[in-house]
Parts: sequence; structure tokens; C-alpha cells
Amino acid sequence: MSEQDTGTQAAKKERSKVAKWSRRGFIGAGVLAGGALLIGVGVRPGNPVGKLKAKVAGGAGEELVNSWVKIGADNIVTAIIPHCEMGQGAHSVLAQMLADELDADWSKVEVMQAPADGSYIVSDTARMFVAPFTMNAADWIEPTWDGLFTQIGRLADAMITGGSSSIRTTGQYQMRIAGAAARKMLIGAAADEWGVPASEITTRDSTLIHSGSGNSAPYSDFAAAAAEQPMDSSPALKEPKDYRLMGKSKRRTDIPAKVMGKADFGIDANIPGVELADLSYAAVRRPPVPGTEVTSMDAEAAKAMPGVQQILNMGSFIAVVADGYWNAQQALNTITAEYSASESPIKTTADQFAAFRDAIDAAGDDGGEQAASRGDAASAFADAATKLETEYSAPYLAHAPMEPVNCTAWVRDTDDGAKCDIWTSTQVPLMARSAAAGALGMDDEDITVHHPFLGGAFGRRLENDYVTMAVRVAKATGYPIKMIWSREEDTQKALYRPADVSRFKGGLDAGGKLVSYNNIFTQRHDPAEASVPGIYDIANTSVRVAEAPLHLPFSAWRSVDHSQQGFFIESFIDEAAIAAGADPLEYRLNMLGANTARHKGVLEKVAEMSNWSAQRGEGIGLGVAIVESFGTVGAEVIEVDMNSGRPKMLNIWAAMDAGYVMNPDGFRNQIEGGIVFGLTAAMYGEIELEDGAVKQSNFHDYQMLRMDETPAIEVAIINSGTVPVGGAGEPGTPPAAPALANAIFAASGKRLRDMPFAKQFA
Amino acid sequence: MIEFTINGQATSLDADPNMPILWVVREKLGMTGTKFGCGIAACGACTVHLDGEPVRSCSTPLSAAEGRAITTIEGVSGEDGELSAVQQAWISEQVPQCGYCQSGQIMSATALLRDNPTPSDDDIDAAMSGNICRCGTYKRIRQAIKVAAGLETAQSEDEAQESAA
Ligand code: FES
Ligand code: FES
Repeated sequence: MSEQDTGTQAAKKERSKVAKWSRRGFIGAGVLAGGALLIGVGVRPGNPVGKLKAKVAGGAGEELVNSWVKIGADNIVTAIIPHCEMGQGAHSVLAQMLADELDADWSKVEVMQAPADGSYIVSDTARMFVAPFTMNAADWIEPTWDGLFTQIGRLADAMITGGSSSIRTTGQYQMRIAGAAARKMLIGAAADEWGVPASEITTRDSTLIHSGSGNSAPYSDFAAAAAEQPMDSSPALKEPKDYRLMGKSKRRTDIPAKVMGKADFGIDANIPGVELADLSYAAVRRPPVPGTEVTSMDAEAAKAMPGVQQILNMGSFIAVVADGYWNAQQALNTITAEYSASESPIKTTADQFAAFRDAIDAAGDDGGEQAASRGDAASAFADAATKLETEYSAPYLAHAPMEPVNCTAWVRDTDDGAKCDIWTSTQVPLMARSAAAGALGMDDEDITVHHPFLGGAFGRRLENDYVTMAVRVAKATGYPIKMIWSREEDTQKALYRPADVSRFKGGLDAGGKLVSYNNIFTQRHDPAEASVPGIYDIANTSVRVAEAPLHLPFSAWRSVDHSQQGFFIESFIDEAAIAAGADPLEYRLNMLGANTARHKGVLEKVAEMSNWSAQRGEGIGLGVAIVESFGTVGAEVIEVDMNSGRPKMLNIWAAMDAGYVMNPDGFRNQIEGGIVFGLTAAMYGEIELEDGAVKQSNFHDYQMLRMDETPAIEVAIINSGTVPVGGAGEPGTPPAAPALANAIFAASGKRLRDMPFAKQFA
Repeated sequence: MIEFTINGQATSLDADPNMPILWVVREKLGMTGTKFGCGIAACGACTVHLDGEPVRSCSTPLSAAEGRAITTIEGVSGEDGELSAVQQAWISEQVPQCGYCQSGQIMSATALLRDNPTPSDDDIDAAMSGNICRCGTYKRIRQAIKVAAGLETAQSEDEAQESAA
């Protein structure tokens, strides 16, 4: 080898280092000028797109216009979506937003999941792009993301699907810009070629048209030339009147595969090059009490069980590796083990609730952290004509996504050093990668995360506990393993929506007006405003948090703090209305504060939908609740029949104002699902503790609402046009439980202050 | 050797007769449309047909399939790949969210409509309440069953539009 060759190779090596797809390297390469990140990934000479291009534009004749859109030689526009698809329809609706701005032919638009790659970091890009478009965006991005993900760090690995944010951030500030910028570049390229002014070129259905000269061409003709055009990081976006795809109920692109059994979820992973018969499966068991370790195990019987390949005591868990999941789980079931002692003083549900009440008692009249304060709530309470003192509680909840937690991993040595591939359902593929890297002592770059569809998540798949477990097993075996958790493991050894207790003291004046609102509770996670009754104009308000320990680990659960606070606040407001002798819906309307046109709108709409003021039959009642969450204002009314002595839900009406809904049918599906999720928690959801361990284990004792108990659901959408737009995934959930409790009261006079409700009716 | 047919294909397999059909189908035959949800016959995600009757494959041993016909979600479409009426209704009503439960839902609904082509709401409740949908798509499942039965007309893309105020 000559000197020169060596030099060239060294230079090549250097270049490939620069081209590494880390965010730092990317920016350092000078491709990104300020906010031009989104379109900075175009294939232009010198851009470090090589590695990414191979992943997203592998076919012959394909050109990247940017990392969010690909236009193929066949004129197919592929929207490359950085969010996961977990049933919320993000893949389709983000493609709609991009395709609309691009003026793409919807019948020729395809959707592709973005690879788990640093260039698809979501929050950074949102942060960069938000400022020019909406000055108040930080108000809703910060509390949601930072609160949710503080344990991970603000800027790390934020390829996140959560916080009902896909449309609001990636859609509004990335996909639309990418589409509009790509369109502008295509026009520029055609203008150069045709020798006509760009302003005379129009676009429609993936075609460039210059009517003066009679020229027209499909986008694909100019895809390569477009990449040479200057990139506009803030192209003009369409006004709603010009939308052709946004605001339309386009059918979701992921649904056909899902009705044919062809959609691949994490649990369906098969490994390229590995025969089905050669894949091994791991069943795992963690100690029953959080924070404890396996101290010893007796696996004699398991060793002799069919198909068993390895039995591993990993300290924090036991794994049985076998030729199939069934064999692995059967063998695991025979293993007995001893565990270390837990340091938590909390052993039972009663202990946990005592800890909450002790913290609240200890805070007294003015202790704890002040979360909101206005006027003088204490003296207004002392002077009140009517006093109301109530306490509410909510239990721990598991997420119980339909697809049990699972992760497939392969750790192996290659000529290029140690590599790891992971296949898993995750809301945070880059964090999964970092977690795996940490567990294996490897570099992020040597780990590839494949993340297919998620069989539900609801916050559970923001966590990477299972990813680290799977890679540790795979490292120990040296061959690929598919780890599957039993439903029991999934229910008992997860992370949980925290339980809590919330106490209120309310004071009404002689006219029944709520003039003093005093509230204290113990769990504040995210979003910070969830506990603030900010939509109401109450002259004297004091909201405090008295911190108390949680025995079970915390995890964000669909709508996070709103899931408890919605119930606490809207139950209390209902009690105030009853104490005032007022109609609960009118009472709320009369109490709305400043900037509440949307709140008034949804309350009036839901009153009309439910025929609120019409007399119901004996034993039938209506309850209302209104919660603003994730940028969307939602009011729900439930009609419940108590004549059998147990609540039978007849109807639920929801009026939702998300500002502007990008796909109405998809939005309604999300709200319907959010309502069922909220009603499931209201009726049945309860994770209890016994000897420090979770008592519930599977769907027989951690019950879900089923078809026969689900009321008729009607969702109305109000497009009030506010910017930024609100979310869809979570806002349906918080009003459901309080609306049900309030309806049960209206129908029966029985006030339910503790969730869940079903067991309170024998 | 256990002999059975799966989606019309005669198959014989040297496998543990106690192994639930679910794991045989997924891990031995590589057909992953049938899903694992609970393992205790409590969720319906694993529903397949055994001689046309819906069973929970997580709790049905392979030995029960001896000499019988298993149908999975992969075998629901026509031979030419044309989607069944139930599958088409699932699309027109845009039923699935995550989709994980939907293979089982479709297997239960298919059996219901074969036995009872014009089910009442109570019939639908009775046939479908063994299938959990954690995403909460029950309203749409009910509607799609009625559409597949011809009791309601399918929603077109444009109609889905209408109620956006
Ligand atoms: S997995 Fe078989 S019924 Fe749940
Ligand atoms: S669609 Fe997700 S569980 Fe049914």
C-alpha cells in the first residue's frame, strides 16, 4: 500500500467520523445554518447524508429532498415520520400535513417510519422552529416535555412520541415546513430549467405546471435538481382556506395492514438472517417488591424442562431462555427465589394512603409548596357563608397496553466490533438506544433500534427498563433473544400512574358563589398547570403540594397529572355547585374566568348535544366535567342509569376544541378511545399493594371496560382556530371520571370521592 | 406428529401437544397476526377459529387441533386476497387504533356474523365482550359489525368529514 493510499484512507476515515449522525457532528459539519435543520438534510454535495440516505432512499433513482420527505423516480412522495405509530394515527396525519404543503397527490403518498437516528430528534427541532411561528409555544412545550422527561435530561435523545404533541410540534413546525420548502425548491428547479419566473409556476397533485409555456412535469423530474436549490427554512405556509388535505378525514394508512394481521408490532419481530426455528425466547421475572434484588434461586426443576437453554440470575431479575416463549415461561414458573428486603416502609395500600394523608396533615394550613395562589383563600374561607370540606383519592394504575412489554435483542461481535440490534415497541427509540448502550457499555453508534408499530403504550413505552433487561440477557447468551413479559409481569412489575389524596376546603358566599378555593395534594409531576383551576375565576385560591413518597415507581400515564387532577377538581366544583343549589353546568359557565371563549363554547355545545336541561327519568342522571389539557379544551356529559343499584352508562357526549383539527375522524377516534380509557379507570382501575408487591395480576382482577359496558359515544369538534393547535391523544381522558362521578350523584345522590367506582356498588 | 389444517393448508407438526395453539402459530409457523394479550383467556387477542368456532388460542392446547381446522386472521381474506366484508367494514369505519387487539376482534366478529347475519346490539355485546380493546374502539367495532351485516351503510372518506363543525 502506497503512502498516498494510506493518506486517502485516513482522510476517508476522518470524513466518515464527521459524517457520523450525531447531532453534534451534524451541526458541526456546517450543514445546519440556524433554523435550517429540517431541510438541511437534502442531498447536496458535501452534505453528510450518506448513512441516512442508505436507510431511507435505498432504491435506484431515488433522491432525498430532505429527511422528512422523499420523492422517488416513480413520483411517489414518501413522508418520513419521526414519531411512532401507537394507534394515534400520527403517521397518517403528519403525512397529510406534509403532503398538503407540498401539493402532493395523496394517492401517491406513502408513509415511512423514520429510523432511530439522531437526525430525527424531535424536541430540539421543535424548540428551534417554534419561536418564529408562535411566541407562546414555549408555554406548552416546556411543562409537558421537561416535566415528563426530566429523568432523562432536557436535550438528550428526544425522539419522543408523547404529550399529545405529534401534530402540535412535528406536524406544525416540521412536516409542514418540510413540505412547503420542498415545494419551493421543486418550483425553483423547474423555473431554472424552463427559463420562466418561479412565481408563474403552480403545483397540483405532485405536478409542476407553467401554463404560459404549456410546460408541466411530475415532481420526480426535478427531485435531483431541487436538491441544488437554496433551502428556505421559513417558507410561507398555507392558510386554512387553501388546505386540501389538512382538516380532511383521510383514511389512515396503517389500517389495512392492521385488519389483515400483517402489521408488525415489536412482539412480531423476526431477525433478518435468523431462521424462525433458531430464535430463542426469554421469559423474565423481577422481584415482586420494587427496588429489591434476587438473592438466590432454585432452578433445578426448570433446568430439566423442555426446550430450556439457559437460566440466568441477573440480580435485578431472573431470565429463562428457551426455544419458545411457552417453554421459557413454563420453566420460569417452577423457579423459586429469595429476594432482598425492601427499605420502603410502605407495604400495603393503606400504608401508601396513610403516607399521603400524613404529608397533608403535616403541611397544616400553610405548609407545602404553593402551586397557585390568588387573594387570601384562608380568610375568605373563614368568612364564607357556606363551607365545604371534601377529600378525594385516586389509586395507582398500570398502563396495561394490549401488547405486553417485550424486546428482541442481538448482541454480537462483528469485524467492525461489537454491535447490538434491538427490535421493540417504544415511544423513545433514541433513549432506548442510549439505555442499551449504557447497559452494554457500548457506543450509541453501535446500536441500532428497529421500532415497528406499538400495540398501545399510553406512557408505558416512554420507559426503557425492558430494553436494558433484554440487551443484558442477549449479551449473556451471545445469540438473539426475544424477551416477552407475561401479562402478570406486565401488570405487577411496571411503572405506575401514582395514587394520591387531594383535600379541599371551599367557601361560598351568600349567593352561592365560590369565593375561597383551598386545595392540597401530594403528587405533582406534569404538566405543572394540571392542578390549577385556572379556567375559573375564583377570587381567593390556594393550591399546595405536600410531597409524599411513592412506593411504586412513577410513569406518565395517558394525560399524566390531569388523570387525577381532572377528577379531584371537577368533582369538587360539582360539589360546590350542588352546595350552591345551582345547575352544575350553568354554575361552571358562570364561573369561567378570562380568556375562556373556548371553554364557554364546549360547555354550551355539550349542553346542546346532551339535551342537558331536559328532564330525565327516575334514577337517571347527567354529570358534566370540563378539563383543558395539552392545548385542547374538552367538556363531557355522561348519562347514567342507577336503577339497578349499579351505574349503567347510557351515553357520553364530548365537545372538544383543539383549535383546528387536522383529521376529524382520526381526532374523534382518539377522543373516543381517551374516554373509554378514562371510564375504565373510573370504574375499575386499581393497583393495590400487599406485602410491598402489586396485588392485581391480569385482566381478571385488573379489569377493563368491555363492549357491553361502553356507553354510546358522540364527539363534536369545534374548530375555534386558536394557535397553537391542541392535542388529541390525551384530552379525552381527564373529564371522563369526574363526569361519571357527577352523573352518579345526579342520578342517585351518592357522591363518589374515591376511584374506582364499580366496587362501591355491591 | 399432530396433524391439522391451518387456513386450509394441511400441516403436521412435531410439537408439544400441550403447547397452546397461540405459540405454535406464532413461533413454529411464523404467523404473527394472532396476538398474545393475557395468556388466561381473558382478553380475546389470541382468538382463532377451530372448525369455525372462535377459541382463545392462548388457552387451547395444540392437541385440541388434532384432525381439525384452524383459521387465523391470515386466513380470513378470500383466496384471491380480497378482504372479507368484516375486514372491509373495519377499514370503512376506521376501527383500529394501535390495532393489536383487532385480529382477535375480527375473528370474533366473523364468527358472530356467520351464525347470526343480522345481530342486535345485545347479540353484539354477547359475542364481543370477551375481546378487550385497550385503545377503546368499541363504538367503531359495533358500527363496523353492523356495516358488515348490511344493517348500516359504510362510511366513506367524505362522510367521515361531515361532523367537523
Ligand atoms: S391472550 Fe388469549 S385471551 Fe388473552
Ligand atoms: S386497537 Fe389497540 S387494543 Fe384495540
